[in-house]
Amino acid sequence: MEKPVNQKAWFLVIPVFLIVAFSAIIPLMTVVNYSVQDIFGPGQRVFVGTEWYQEVLSDNRLQDALWRQFLFSTLVLLIEIPLGVLIALAMPKRGWGVSLSLVLLALPLLIPWNVIGTIWIIFTRPDIGLFGHTLNSLGITFDHTAAPFDAWITVLLMEVWHWTPLVTLLAYAGLQAIPDAYYHAARIDGASSWAVFRYIQLPKMRGVLTIAVLLRFMDSFLIYAEPFVLTGGGPGNSTTFLSIYLVKMAVGQFDLGPAAAFSIVYFLIILLFSWLFYQALQNVGRGNK
Amino acid sequence: MKIRFKTIGLIIYFVLLLLPIYWMLNMSLRTNADILGEFSLYPSDPTLVNYLKIFTEPSWYSGYINSLIYVSINTVISLLMALPAAYAFSRYQFIGDKHLFFWLLTNRMAPPAVFLLPFFQLYSTFGLIDTHIAVALSHCLFNVPLAVWILEGFMSGIPREIDETAYLDGYSFPRFFVLIFIPLIRAGVGVTAFFCFMFSWVELLLARTLTTTAAKPIAATMTRTVSATGLDWGLLAAAGILTIVPGALVIWFVRNYMAKGFALGRV
Repeated sequence: MEKPVNQKAWFLVIPVFLIVAFSAIIPLMTVVNYSVQDIFGPGQRVFVGTEWYQEVLSDNRLQDALWRQFLFSTLVLLIEIPLGVLIALAMPKRGWGVSLSLVLLALPLLIPWNVIGTIWIIFTRPDIGLFGHTLNSLGITFDHTAAPFDAWITVLLMEVWHWTPLVTLLAYAGLQAIPDAYYHAARIDGASSWAVFRYIQLPKMRGVLTIAVLLRFMDSFLIYAEPFVLTGGGPGNSTTFLSIYLVKMAVGQFDLGPAAAFSIVYFLIILLFSWLFYQALQNVGRGNK
Repeated sequence: MKIRFKTIGLIIYFVLLLLPIYWMLNMSLRTNADILGEFSLYPSDPTLVNYLKIFTEPSWYSGYINSLIYVSINTVISLLMALPAAYAFSRYQFIGDKHLFFWLLTNRMAPPAVFLLPFFQLYSTFGLIDTHIAVALSHCLFNVPLAVWILEGFMSGIPREIDETAYLDGYSFPRFFVLIFIPLIRAGVGVTAFFCFMFSWVELLLARTLTTTAAKPIAATMTRTVSATGLDWGLLAAAGILTIVPGALVIWFVRNYMAKGFALGRV
């Protein structure tokens, strides 16, 4: 059934539009403005057209950071989405276990992002950290400040620890919204638990999973504070993700023009992929109906 | 048998989830010299000195108060704005609806580093720097779109016949919306309130840029210990533990809304 056309619905949307546009449009325009100018100081700026864009796009270290970022976000999505859904399915449906599970799940999400990095430094340090100390006493040399592979594992582990609960909470809320009648009908039909998952639970979770995939993609692509505190982008450049490289460029080298151009390109990449994910998930859902 | 396997998996997951937090709790109950001196699985000589310092020094505890104020303002604004908008998106077609809906989410996609400067300029123009309302307003940039998206999902799960029946029964839109519709999606409202609270609570860069002292958030206060001479791990851990408490309380209050699910049978 198609939704009715009603232009008056705009009145319900206008407050949201205004409050978001207030913070969104002027800063975006300002950054676009920076990205096409060479800024020497207050009042001294020259229009340079697409020069910064060309410089940014041919920057080798930026391309390295970009591929590193793609690998990281892909791994994050491949691990966190299935794991989050599995945990949501395993969670109790009623009773005291629900409250306990929800509170426990929320704990990592509530820690400010710079503190997350600090926790994981404390947790993984070979001398005072539980994780690092245990691994080393088992005879496995582990040091995320020296070995790139260890640094990667640590950052990925931290990310999965931090954000899988978000996927779980969304998936769980989606599961709770399925009326019991659906399960009764499935039981009468003698459906297997796989069939229940495939034809009832998964389609009903489409909306919340779309949000989960988009949020996890965007936030992992923009990840900054946690790995910056934990590894500072090292050892070498092995965990220098896009945002860390951008901050190095904007703050470290005072290159506002190229950094702004970089920001715009960065933004467009996220926009493109989010849109692709969004379209794909919408269409998958339609096939299931 | 299957249920037991599930439960064991869940328990293992929760233990792993709690380990880093337990470690932080362990650190928070020890002095810095003790932490660096010996490796210990539990605080052998527990002390509350780190917590006492946070509760007695205004520069520490005011951080928590500031954060709580702007986070609460933001959660209320986000919900009030997003509820009617999400209803419009879930029930009607109007010019530009799909574009607007997706545009909302694009506001979460900008890398903050370079955007901070124009943000600062914009909010100084309005004289809002170092106020709670400035941080609350700037966090609307990513929380209002999220709230609209989550609520729209929940609202679309409610059959449209409910609206039509209510209108036939003579309900006006505001009465129907507040008395019938919002109770139906209370699970969604609970989840949304929690997410708004959470994302505003953990955000650091905008909050730090827009404040100096009067509205300085706790996350920014905590970076101060990092730049001091050597790290005071114990103090940092205690402050970290305390950042979890308010959010845990919020989810404790919304847990029933999430757990009860939907009462679709009332049609």
